[in-house]
Amino acid sequence: MKENLYNYILGIADNSLILGQRMGELCGHGPSLETDIACTNISLDLFGQVRSYFQYAAKVSGDGRTEDDIAMLRKERDYKNVLLVEQPNTNFAYTIARQFLFDAYHLAFLSELQKSTDLTLSAIANKCIKEVSYHERFSSDWVKRLGDGTEESCVKMQEAIDDLWTYTDELFHQTEADKAMVAEGVGVDVTKLKEDYYKRVHRLLEEATLKVPQLKWFQKGGKEGIHTEHLGYLLSDLQYMQRAYPNMEW
Amino acid sequence: MSTKNWPLWEIFVRSKNGLEHRHFGSLHAADAEMALENARDVYTRRNEGVSIWVVESKHITASNPENNGELFEPAQDKVYRHPTFYDLPDEVKHM
Repeated sequence: MKENLYNYILGIADNSLILGQRMGELCGHGPSLETDIACTNISLDLFGQVRSYFQYAAKVSGDGRTEDDIAMLRKERDYKNVLLVEQPNTNFAYTIARQFLFDAYHLAFLSELQKSTDLTLSAIANKCIKEVSYHERFSSDWVKRLGDGTEESCVKMQEAIDDLWTYTDELFHQTEADKAMVAEGVGVDVTKLKEDYYKRVHRLLEEATLKVPQLKWFQKGGKEGIHTEHLGYLLSDLQYMQRAYPNMEW
Repeated sequence: MSTKNWPLWEIFVRSKNGLEHRHFGSLHAADAEMALENARDVYTRRNEGVSIWVVESKHITASNPENNGELFEPAQDKVYRHPTFYDLPDEVKHM
């Protein structure tokens, strides 16, 4: 099995899986019917992307495991998503801040992944990028609305950005699998996305009349499987059916 | 928390190029741009449309059902207003 490629695919897909699960939690619980459906749509887009990645990963593994096995039957330490996407829906401002801070990265990442020498990955990136462009439009609009909205919405939006800021730097860390895949022309060198990312985010925060947090120390670990306390709870929801009724299908 | 409601918008969707926009329903949004995005998510998520119009509901002036008698009933017995009394030559296909 091509270990590095397998781990690389999971590193991409787990972000979409965990963020998709977080957005899916709002199904029936969104702040209004319209935003509820919007968040659920984003969730479904992300799950669709995850399927493409995991189907490919299952093929690469070559040992008969399926996309469902990969999604549902790993333990917490085996998930490679960044810490940002597992953070909870504390309130709608957190949901939007998390989404925007990830979307701005996701869009730049997919745009580079389209150039991958791995044709499956570049095809998936090519398909996903339209969905993610819309996600970024939705989340950046809402950052502006809440930031430049009422006094209360501005305070809440600022609080969410301040709290989640510490998870942004990890987006640009490289794992061993990342480095190996970049060397082969398959992977995206995320370190090169950092400067433009922060420019984009700063510009939007300014437009939204929000302050850019001044932080010197950042959280990390998700990509190596060391997660915040929130992931365990999320996985117990996500994996419940497969754990309670092993091999169930529907 | 503010509990002020967003205004209501009427949503018109063109399902295919060449067809007219049809009224699909209504939803709430703070402004026109949000109404467009909400309409995209609520009404076109199953590939129903290629174009969306949004109109704030307050801009629509509607006839009053109480006036239906005077507005519409007089037309009921005037079949001669339909162009059904002409003999058309066979060559004319689409009338």
